[in-house]
Amino acid sequence: MTQRSDYEAGSYVGGDRVPGQPEKRTLSREVGGYLLGLGLATLLTIASFWADHTREIYASGIAMALLVLTVAQIGIHLIFFLHITTDPDNENNILALAFGVLIVCLIVFGSLWVMIHLNNNLMPMDKVMQMQR
Amino acid sequence: MSTDALRVAQDPALDPARIAPGHVTGRGAGGPAPKRIIVGYGFWIFLLSDVIMFSAFFAAYAVLFKSTAGGPRAHELFDLRNTAAQTAFLLASTFTCGMASLAVGHRNMKWTQIALLVTGLLGFGFIVVEVREFSGFVAQGAGPSRSAFLSSFFALVGCHGIHVSVALLWLGTMMAQFYAKGFRQDIRYRFLCFSLFWHALDIVWVAIFNLVYLVGSLPPELLP
Repeated sequence: MTQRSDYEAGSYVGGDRVPGQPEKRTLSREVGGYLLGLGLATLLTIASFWADHTREIYASGIAMALLVLTVAQIGIHLIFFLHITTDPDNENNILALAFGVLIVCLIVFGSLWVMIHLNNNLMPMDKVMQMQR
Repeated sequence: MSTDALRVAQDPALDPARIAPGHVTGRGAGGPAPKRIIVGYGFWIFLLSDVIMFSAFFAAYAVLFKSTAGGPRAHELFDLRNTAAQTAFLLASTFTCGMASLAVGHRNMKWTQIALLVTGLLGFGFIVVEVREFSGFVAQGAGPSRSAFLSSFFALVGCHGIHVSVALLWLGTMMAQFYAKGFRQDIRYRFLCFSLFWHALDIVWVAIFNLVYLVGSLPPELLP
């Protein structure tokens, strides 16, 4: 307990541990966790910039590939930097995150869905202006 | 046999007697959660509400992306060298912020201050590149008043920039508080919130550089 409260900034990503046993933390393992996160995030960033320029990917799929890379990198950041883990301490955080993701998806995809339908089904603004003359 | 007893029988790790006294399981078995967990949870709720606000800006940007009103379009405007520099600055700073967390955990004042200083300088570099980019856009007549696309672009990216600027102020006060008051517990809680805030800002930037800059710089015929 005393050992745990010595660390205020979440956990590193380490091996399994028995519930109830404090994690065995050493500085090198903690730095290693951050370095691993940095490496993975860098790789995904490079992949994003590569996907933007490459001709290897089916051209119309590049935007979707970038969306997938975004989600992947956000996951890496959540795990390695924000320390959202499967630790029981984190259960409430994960539930809140799930709710946040739901709201974000509703706002973004809901707005796009509604507005695309409006654009397709309503008269363009310049035509409306002409009729009002 | 009650359900709880059944669960304990299936999974000995759930047995309260086997859990070290004072250890927190998050299910109430060890008593109330320590303040560190509660502070982190409260700030996490705030961060999620901040992310939801950003998602509204993202939605507005996505809806207005093609409403350029004859003005410059995204792929004519964006210079990905700026974006790459900003991404590198922020990614490096999120790592050094993690190093600062470790230094605080190990009560090492020298490395705490060094890591926070480097974090701040990298964040400042990010802001400098962003301000130069924005003033360049305004100078070529692509300011926020030019089109709905540019209004939503400046609102979204500018809102993130303001967040980073505020976080830089916060970072400065954290350095001063550690220096003046040492590793007091209440100050470590403040620092926990700061580090969460800084990492969350990097997450928002990941979405911005991918979905605004990289997708925006694709030729328009490739976009849905």
